[in-house]
Amino acid sequence: MRVVMIGERYMSSAKVKKITASNSRIRSIRHWGLLFLGPVTAAFVIGFVWPFIQGIYLSFCQFRLTSDAKFIGLGNYAAAFADPSFRYSFWFTAAFAIVTVILINILAFAVAYVLTQNIKGSNIFRTVFFAPNLIGGIVLGYIWSMIFDGILSRYGTSIVMNSTLGFWGLVILVCWQQIGYMMIIYIAGLQAVPEDMLEAAKIDGASKSQTLFKVTIPNVMPSITICMFLTLTNGFKLFDQNLALTGGQPFKQLASGDTIHQTEMLALNIYNTFYGTASVARGTAQAKAVIFFILVAVLGLAQLSYTRKREVQQ
Amino acid sequence: MASKQETLTSEKRNKTIASVILTIICIIWVLPIVSVVINSFKKNTFVKTETFALPNAQSAAGWSNFIKGMTFGNYPFMAAVANSVIITVLSTFLILFFCSMAAWYIARVNSKFCKILYYLCIFSMVVPFQMVMFTLSKTADTLQLNTPFTIPIVYLGFGAGLAIFMFVGFVKSIPIEIEEAASIDGCGPIRTFFRVVLPMLKPTLISVGILEVMWVWNDYLLPYLVLDINKYRTIPIHIQYLKGSYGTVDLGATMALILLSIIPVIVFYLALQKYIIKGVAAGAVKG
Repeated sequence: MRVVMIGERYMSSAKVKKITASNSRIRSIRHWGLLFLGPVTAAFVIGFVWPFIQGIYLSFCQFRLTSDAKFIGLGNYAAAFADPSFRYSFWFTAAFAIVTVILINILAFAVAYVLTQNIKGSNIFRTVFFAPNLIGGIVLGYIWSMIFDGILSRYGTSIVMNSTLGFWGLVILVCWQQIGYMMIIYIAGLQAVPEDMLEAAKIDGASKSQTLFKVTIPNVMPSITICMFLTLTNGFKLFDQNLALTGGQPFKQLASGDTIHQTEMLALNIYNTFYGTASVARGTAQAKAVIFFILVAVLGLAQLSYTRKREVQQ
Repeated sequence: MASKQETLTSEKRNKTIASVILTIICIIWVLPIVSVVINSFKKNTFVKTETFALPNAQSAAGWSNFIKGMTFGNYPFMAAVANSVIITVLSTFLILFFCSMAAWYIARVNSKFCKILYYLCIFSMVVPFQMVMFTLSKTADTLQLNTPFTIPIVYLGFGAGLAIFMFVGFVKSIPIEIEEAASIDGCGPIRTFFRVVLPMLKPTLISVGILEVMWVWNDYLLPYLVLDINKYRTIPIHIQYLKGSYGTVDLGATMALILLSIIPVIVFYLALQKYIIKGVAAGAVKG
């Protein structure tokens, strides 16, 4: 405050006064830096930064607890890549992610498109479609395991007895959960398409499908980017639903003695390596986690930059 | 004129068809929830064999599943509910309060430290939980963050990324002149933030709050690894425990508990629907 007054007294130029005022204001905010940033920084270091750094370091160590770590170099990474169950879960996860990205985005876009055409009761439809998102993955898994087993028990099988059924069971569950979420994002995008552009297309005699592919879709590219990114990373990171619906079952013993959990996705594989019976494998588990992190980050970024290129500049 | 009439009627017909299809999909969409309701009133052995039939004289269990569910698995269900409520409310409050403060400071001061913190926050959003789960649970254990009253600090740390990202985006859209006017009127930074900036942040506070509530309430792995499980369970942990660790599960009672755990969620949803949908649309910027 006082600095502002001095500025007024000695400098008559309005511009200089303004700069001095805002600089002094920022200086006075800086005074309170510890109060404004302190709590978040402390919690962020505890909850993210330190565990992350320690996690990277431990991936090069053999350990059972964080306190008995012994540096061994790249051994854990070699063990992770050599683990057939890890490789299996990678392909299972990749197939799952591809299928769900396609299904969820097409269906969510279709529903959003129809709902933005002035359909009667579109609010009720929107409410119902979004609802499954509020239920957590564990509970969702058990709801669907009851439903699938209710159907499959008539044919003498179960969702945990057949890996193909397990795969499609997971796909159905995740579609049911996420279509509503992506639909909301697509609706927001569709509503932002400039009305006059659609009008102009109509006047120029464009058919409905031409308008959809040449005007609407290029304009909702930002929403498509976001939804593809979210469904892709969600697909790769899926854990709760996997644990609750199949828990990785059925299991198969390989000739080499390794056991493969036939519906186990990457996140669950890492979890089982960490907390499974062999706690000597924790170093391997942490190395798997680092590989998993790099995979998710690279995929997400690559996909983002690829779809971003196709966005219309406005 | 005639052809225009025709296109209008065909458009009307298309809309009716769309409505009918959507109605059918809607019914399919709610069936899983309906079957939870039906089965929570059935005796255990009938859940698997007659999953989609209404309870009849033979299979009906009345309220016994609910009564049994209350003490199921040697842990009172109400304690799990209480833990979930405490953790969700405290965590959301901490995240909203401290992250909005930090975001305002980051947006306005923009020092080197601010930039580093901001980019670390964005970075943390792409890191999957499995990457830090083991080390985070050990750190939390060492620092005694393993009770429902202290675990919110972990949530503040791990959830700061999205919240700060969204708040910074919004603060940058507030014209700085408003704050300058406040400071000329004699407001210090603290009062400027709480009296001027925070009220303007209200829509973002609601959006972020809803996203955090949905996340924390349903989160399973973080509290499972961090909390002292014998003493404290949340609803998802409790339900996973019932199904996971016993050979024979009482499906009827499990369904009763699942129903009880989703009723508050549905009430919350119907009451705040407008904000929830807005919050999701706003949160989508995180891509």
